[in-house]
Amino acid sequence: MEIPYTVKPRPDTGVYNAKIGIWLFLASEIMLFGALFSSYIILRITAPEGTWLEGVLNVPIGFGNTLVLIASSVTVVMAWASLKLNNYKAFQRYMIFTVLCALTFLLVKSFEYNEKFHHYEVWTTDETDNRFTGHFDKEWLSEQKAAYKARVAEMDAQYQAALSEWSSSDKSTDAPREPDYPKITFFTLTTAEIRDLSSFLGFDSVIFEKEHKHAYKYAGMPEVDDHAHHDEAGHEGDESHAEGGHGHHETLTIPVGNIKRASAFIPSHSTFFAIYFTLTGLHALHVFLGACVLAYFVFCNRRMWKEDPDRLANRVEVGGLFWHFVDLVWIFLFPVLYLL
Amino acid sequence: MSADHDHDIKSHIRTYLIIGAALFVGTVLTVAVSYVDFGSHAINVAVGLLIATVKASLVALFFMHLISEKTAIYLLIGSAFFFFVGLMGLTIWADKNPPNRTQNLQLEQKVAVTEGHSHSEDGDHSNDH
Repeated sequence: MEIPYTVKPRPDTGVYNAKIGIWLFLASEIMLFGALFSSYIILRITAPEGTWLEGVLNVPIGFGNTLVLIASSVTVVMAWASLKLNNYKAFQRYMIFTVLCALTFLLVKSFEYNEKFHHYEVWTTDETDNRFTGHFDKEWLSEQKAAYKARVAEMDAQYQAALSEWSSSDKSTDAPREPDYPKITFFTLTTAEIRDLSSFLGFDSVIFEKEHKHAYKYAGMPEVDDHAHHDEAGHEGDESHAEGGHGHHETLTIPVGNIKRASAFIPSHSTFFAIYFTLTGLHALHVFLGACVLAYFVFCNRRMWKEDPDRLANRVEVGGLFWHFVDLVWIFLFPVLYLL
Repeated sequence: MSADHDHDIKSHIRTYLIIGAALFVGTVLTVAVSYVDFGSHAINVAVGLLIATVKASLVALFFMHLISEKTAIYLLIGSAFFFFVGLMGLTIWADKNPPNRTQNLQLEQKVAVTEGHSHSEDGDHSNDH
């Protein structure tokens, strides 16, 4: 069956059907992102003083990604224009460039996400309002991970041995208990996991690379100034400044008992990161699906170009409309999340 | 495809490149003004959103061809715009009376106090009888 009005405009609307379709879809998308944006506004303006994080996102990275998306928006419309000019080769070039831009955007975004998953803010009890950001010492963390895995493997092996012994016995005694150890993934540690781990492995303090040159603040509060008080972490000595180019890090040994809260920059960290991941995650999903559709046009629709070039051009126009919309959403997301 | 049509597309392409360059400049501008202190945070937000709106309009008008579309499309966008403005309007309206924990707590206390009061009155009545 032939689909009507893929090329010819429908007399009553004056456009081909797919165009009405995509605009209906975009209308619903406007409401979807509109709802999330308005949630952002409500969360932001009702946030109690000193709870809204500012300046934790990397502006140069966000800026670069904005340029990448804008460039892809230009090339996708150029791809369509090339089809209209009967230049299939140029269409391919522009479209592949667009898809590459989309992949670049996603790659950068995934690095950005990953950085946030391992970037911690620590609240300590020794002084009021003592918080700082940084990373767990990589070596220390991998040591703990190895120790944890070894302990767990050991306990599992003991349990299996006891179990096989028990099952080959007359089973008059109780079955051996399953080993009880904290289940920790090490993907991004929570405060409770750090405490569990410390009692499980028997360490008293964590080794933390505190950041120095990092200006971030909670809205309505003075900037958290890492330079002002050096010894504020106040932990038993063991403070050594890293040398050379890594001078903006300071290695701290923080007793586990002094940690009020430690959280990576993940949704549970703060309302800001909850709405940040919601908005940018949904947007990244749009980028990914849009890239799939555009890649399909350039790699799988060659036959359509020979049989029905106008139909392909319309497809590309409709795909392009979606792509521009995704760009348009980012144009708002970038200043709202990164700059304001 | 007529030569006329080709000429049309070619002039379109020129427009696309100019708009693309304008969007690049707009992005640089967005970042630049975020470092300028306009006196209050609200003004900074307004300036940032203004630039974003101009950029978004350029994308919508030229890349999405909204500068010359059919009435049916305008009707669709018009309705979407209407509901979007409604959504944001409700949000701003809600700002006048935000969900405020302290306020709610005070209200709850007030209710508790009045309820407690009426209970004691009931008690008085029962004593009278």
